Amino acid sequence: MQKSLHIDPGKCTGCLQCEMACSYEHTGTFNPSRSYIKVFTFHHEGRFAPYTCTQCDEAWCMRACPVDAISVDMATGAKVVSDDKCVGCKVCTIACPFGTINYSQATGKVVKCDLCGGDPQCAAACPTSAITYVDADWTGYDRMMASAAKSLPSAEATA
Amino acid sequence: MSWTRNVLRVDLSKGSCTSEPLNMEWAKLYLGQRGLASKYLSEEVDPKCDPLGPENKFIMTTGPLTGTMASTSGRYSCVTKGPLTGAIACSNSGGYFGAELKNAGWDMIIFEGKSDKPVYLLLQDDKAELRDATHLWGKTAWETDDIIHATHQEPQMRIATIGRTAENGCLYAAVINDKHRAAGRSGVGTVMASKNLKAVAVRGTQGIGNVEDANAFMQATNDGKAVLAENAVTGQGLPAFGTQVLMNVINGIGGLPARNMRDVGFEGAEHISAEAMAEPRASDGKPNLTTNAACFGCTIACGRISTVDPTHFSVKDKPQYQGASGGLEYEAAWALGADTGVDDLDALTYVNFLCNEDGMDPITYGATVAAAMEMFEDGNITTEHTGGIELTFGNAEAFVAITEQFCQGGTFAEDLGLGSKRLTEKYGRPELSMTVKGQEFPAYDPRGIQGIGLNYATSNRGACHLRGYTIASEVLGIPVKTELNDTDGKPELVKAFQDATALVDSSGLCIFTTFAWGMDNIAPQIDAACEGDWSVENCLEVGERVWNMERLFNEAAGFTADDDKLPKRLLEEAIKDGPTKGQVNRLGEMLPKYYEVRGWTADGKIPEETRKRLSL
Amino acid sequence: MQHLIIGAGPAGVVAAETLRKADPDADIAIIGDEPEPPYSRMAIPYYLIDNIDESGTYLRDPKQHFASLDIEVVQQRVDKIDTTGKTVALADGSSRSYDKLLLATGSHPVSPPIPGLDLPQVHSCWTLADARNIIKLAQSGSNVVLIGAGFIGCIILEALVRRGVNLAVIEMGNRMVPRMLDEKAGGLLETWCKNKGIDVHTSCSVDGISDAGDGQVEVSLSDGGKLNAALVITATGVRANTDLVEGSDIKVDQGILVDRRMQTSNADVYAAGDVAQGVDFSTGNFEVQAIQPTATDHGRIAALNMAGQGDEHHGTLNMNVLDTVGLVSCSFGLWMGVDGGDSAELYNPDEFQYISLQFDGNTLVGASSVGKTQHVGVLRGLIESKIDLSDWKDRLMADPTAIMEAYVGSTQELGYS
Ligand SMILES: Cc1cc2nc3c(=O)[nH]c(=O)nc-3n(C[C@H](O)[C@H](O)[C@H](O)COP(=O)(O)OP(=O)(O)OC[C@H]3O[C@@H](n4cnc5c(N)ncnc54)[C@H](O)[C@@H]3O)c2cc1C
Ligand code: SF4
Ligand code: SF4
Ligand code: SF4
Repeated sequence: MQKSLHIDPGKCTGCLQCEMACSYEHTGTFNPSRSYIKVFTFHHEGRFAPYTCTQCDEAWCMRACPVDAISVDMATGAKVVSDDKCVGCKVCTIACPFGTINYSQATGKVVKCDLCGGDPQCAAACPTSAITYVDADWTGYDRMMASAAKSLPSAEATA
Repeated sequence: MSWTRNVLRVDLSKGSCTSEPLNMEWAKLYLGQRGLASKYLSEEVDPKCDPLGPENKFIMTTGPLTGTMASTSGRYSCVTKGPLTGAIACSNSGGYFGAELKNAGWDMIIFEGKSDKPVYLLLQDDKAELRDATHLWGKTAWETDDIIHATHQEPQMRIATIGRTAENGCLYAAVINDKHRAAGRSGVGTVMASKNLKAVAVRGTQGIGNVEDANAFMQATNDGKAVLAENAVTGQGLPAFGTQVLMNVINGIGGLPARNMRDVGFEGAEHISAEAMAEPRASDGKPNLTTNAACFGCTIACGRISTVDPTHFSVKDKPQYQGASGGLEYEAAWALGADTGVDDLDALTYVNFLCNEDGMDPITYGATVAAAMEMFEDGNITTEHTGGIELTFGNAEAFVAITEQFCQGGTFAEDLGLGSKRLTEKYGRPELSMTVKGQEFPAYDPRGIQGIGLNYATSNRGACHLRGYTIASEVLGIPVKTELNDTDGKPELVKAFQDATALVDSSGLCIFTTFAWGMDNIAPQIDAACEGDWSVENCLEVGERVWNMERLFNEAAGFTADDDKLPKRLLEEAIKDGPTKGQVNRLGEMLPKYYEVRGWTADGKIPEETRKRLSL
Repeated sequence: MQHLIIGAGPAGVVAAETLRKADPDADIAIIGDEPEPPYSRMAIPYYLIDNIDESGTYLRDPKQHFASLDIEVVQQRVDKIDTTGKTVALADGSSRSYDKLLLATGSHPVSPPIPGLDLPQVHSCWTLADARNIIKLAQSGSNVVLIGAGFIGCIILEALVRRGVNLAVIEMGNRMVPRMLDEKAGGLLETWCKNKGIDVHTSCSVDGISDAGDGQVEVSLSDGGKLNAALVITATGVRANTDLVEGSDIKVDQGILVDRRMQTSNADVYAAGDVAQGVDFSTGNFEVQAIQPTATDHGRIAALNMAGQGDEHHGTLNMNVLDTVGLVSCSFGLWMGVDGGDSAELYNPDEFQYISLQFDGNTLVGASSVGKTQHVGVLRGLIESKIDLSDWKDRLMADPTAIMEAYVGSTQELGYS
């Protein structure tokens, strides 16, 4: 059973432990600016929402890449960027309609969630279980995917 | 290493920004943040200087654990000579600003001199620049935050700024960061204003690396987080109720002062308590409390995000105040509420918003209004002074009106901005100022709770619960229960809390962790992060060193044992009723012993041998 | 089933892969005329600066990818197609028949009518062969003139600067990338480039190029200026490669006309990529977009329809991202706005920051930005999903940078704990 990140924004307190954990896993430093998950603040509503790549089936980023730098990790289903191949052209960053693959000035490549190879550090660090890593079918993942698909007509049209 | 080892020195007179290495010898003696910045201040500033003159310096400082994965790693402090007290001031704040500063690669920023026109510091990693802030002068902290964000189009930029009250000379103005976190006490914001420094805007992308022993650090911080999660206070009480959980508790034991400490026990307490904040209201079915929120890195999340009832008179026609913002913490709820006798939760939440928006310390502000109310009721202050406002205890409309007037710099603003000590002197009633060293008390009555009185009296930055929170022991039984009205053992208790707090405040961590953490939880985290010996013993010694150094600063500034005292009201006016009826504070029984356990002379001086022992 | 694809660029390759998924048993062949394995033009700038070698430009690993999918790759030029007999004639004299044919022949650079373009120092930058020539002539310290500061021109510009040449850029329009960015954004790019020491001439054209001896040419400008150069690069636009279908029953306008299924006027022939005049998401009109994401989208949709599994396409969104010597800009859809629509804008020239959002009622229809790299893709999401932003519009009008909040806030259940 493939697993996916399940995010429950209602539980998020905005502590950014997930951002630190993600950056620590990928850069060895505590550096939210280099995290692949981002907590968005809704000041007026008093809400926080962590958001990252849903490893969408469409994989718009992967399709747009001109040099085959993004591939599917067969074990986790994650769409993973190969630093060796990525030339930093950024076309994937405008192709992903969720804004979850981004150019990193620090590396000259793009970065995105790779599910930490199957051991998501953001979920491990989250103190409120706002982020969990669970079997894909009983999470809101399907709903999330469905809403993503609904929000993008071409996802249906060309699926 | 955890320290970035970089200090940014900003000479506001010259308009220059220069980088210098952190003094690592001092870092090993004072750790960081409160301790280390106070050391810099002691070395660089004449303790006798005018706090609002260009010779005073203003330091923003992080600790070695700030910005790391340790729980509650979001703290930073503002260290300076405080204008409210004339004593050394260190105000600690959370939110996201401190971690951002650290991520930009800086342990501290030292501001010196005075700019000839308003400026803000723009700090993007190693790029530091003073920018013109003429257009920001006269703007609230919220407006300033929005404008700077719009100018740089960087949503992740974190901003610490002063509001209008600082510019208007209010002596207890705060530094507001992330819109509703505050380095609140002692007038650190006023010092910023005196230097024509409106704001500091930081974006940090460097990251914090090279902790001394990464594996040990992750282990120690994970252990620490588990302890916080399992503890009833930090794992359940604070996230669910915030510090406001205390309102009914402290009132219940007879420790809640009311109406400028004229009374103890507030009949309206339950209307302004955590429980009341969670109660859905009639108008829109929503409770005052929207959610709890965390500061950077914090796994406790005691912060309150609240809304005011949109139909409430205070915000009815003001949509900009109908959204969620920083809600009431216990100290603010007490000062703005019980101390003024106002039990209207929405009015207090709104006034709290204004304290955040225009940057004033809600404790001193509430207590100063309370003193003004008592003088109003006694006829020393009249509607002529207040611009027609009937400033009586319990009058919510009047409280809201005077606060709006205060923020805008209206008729009575200058007087209220003095703080209660100067205000009561001005109107001939100095005995009505509930202060130590010129700074107002927080929400625990020293007549009902003895130890906290000794802590207030001896606190280096004037009356403050956050210098030695003996309430933990005296009320909550952490780590052991001591009796409220006992004076025995309290000097030792106060010293232990003061020293431990000084250490925590120097580390980058939040003092609220100590509801669950002892030094044996904290020291391993510091030890794994920092080079050098950070055993429990050494950590405690560093805390004691910091405390004594602050005292030395104050001594040089002219403070003596005479200033280690409580207002007469607390020593002589017995509590009229309730569980603590008849009690006064018995400071005289505790103070000599306190000096003794600190290794000070009978007149509160720090003798040579104690200095030597502490390498001072 | 015989699927034949002409053109081994991204449109052709994605089409072949999609066909293989959709129809595991079909015969699939790609015929391309360039002497290299299928590669990506977009990667050329990175080849120019030695960031990658030639193999880094390949669309897929040529050694095993196509073989493993049982896709035949033929290196030949197609000379002619016969839509009645359903065959194509190759340059080597052989011919091939098809059941379904995909035209993915791309486009070619057009040369402006300037005397001297045939000099050996003048090149376009379109193919790997062009790139090799440019590498030879664009040595560090040499003078290079780039004619055209459109999208492709600006992309090459970055590479040339990194090669260390002295660069002059000549653009006829009044600003850089006039078809992607408005005057404010284009102006920011121009100032930025000038600050980096690039000699930018806007509202200026080239009158002629002549031999100046010593391997140098002289470029005469309409403003009277003259520039010496070791290399002149033209980047003055592209035109669809439609010559194959001239005289056939396949209708052509700016490119090969296709419907929402990428089908041409001949039911067995499809077209995709730079050569196809497909439907534009924003306008509903049929236009040649000539961008990479459109080429791959086209390829997919065409393939699915060729396999009988497709649907009508809602159209491709015109979008671009550009890195101009470190200043990143992008634009989406109707970035120039629509009549009667609101626009939200933040412009801070001192910081080289700009964002502009264009609304039609309460939906976002276009956007552009300068100086932003984070979450820009969400602009596509907001536009293509036509999300009703009524709850967010006021806030976006006040702070147009809150795009990600607007998207997350309108698509996720924020929930109350
Ligand atoms: C330097 C450069 C940088 C670019 N950067 C970007 C960018 O950043 N973003 C972006 O969106 N776009 C960019 N583009 C444009 C992008 O490369 C094209 O839109 C894309 O290549 C179109 O793909 P295609 O498959 O339709 O055509 P092509 O990639 O042009 O492929 C068509 C192929 O068909 C071949 N062919 C043509 N006729 C025949 C025939 N008769 N027989 C056999 N083969 C034939 C051609 O030789 C060619 O190999 C760039 C282009 C260049 C040149
Ligand atoms: S980055 Fe975007 S397009 Fe790529 S897999 Fe994730 S959500 Fe999909
Ligand atoms: S930026 Fe890298 S991963 Fe993204 S499309 Fe370009 S080469 Fe591929
Ligand atoms: S799963 Fe890993 S890579 Fe993905 S957001 Fe979480 S920590 Fe980052």
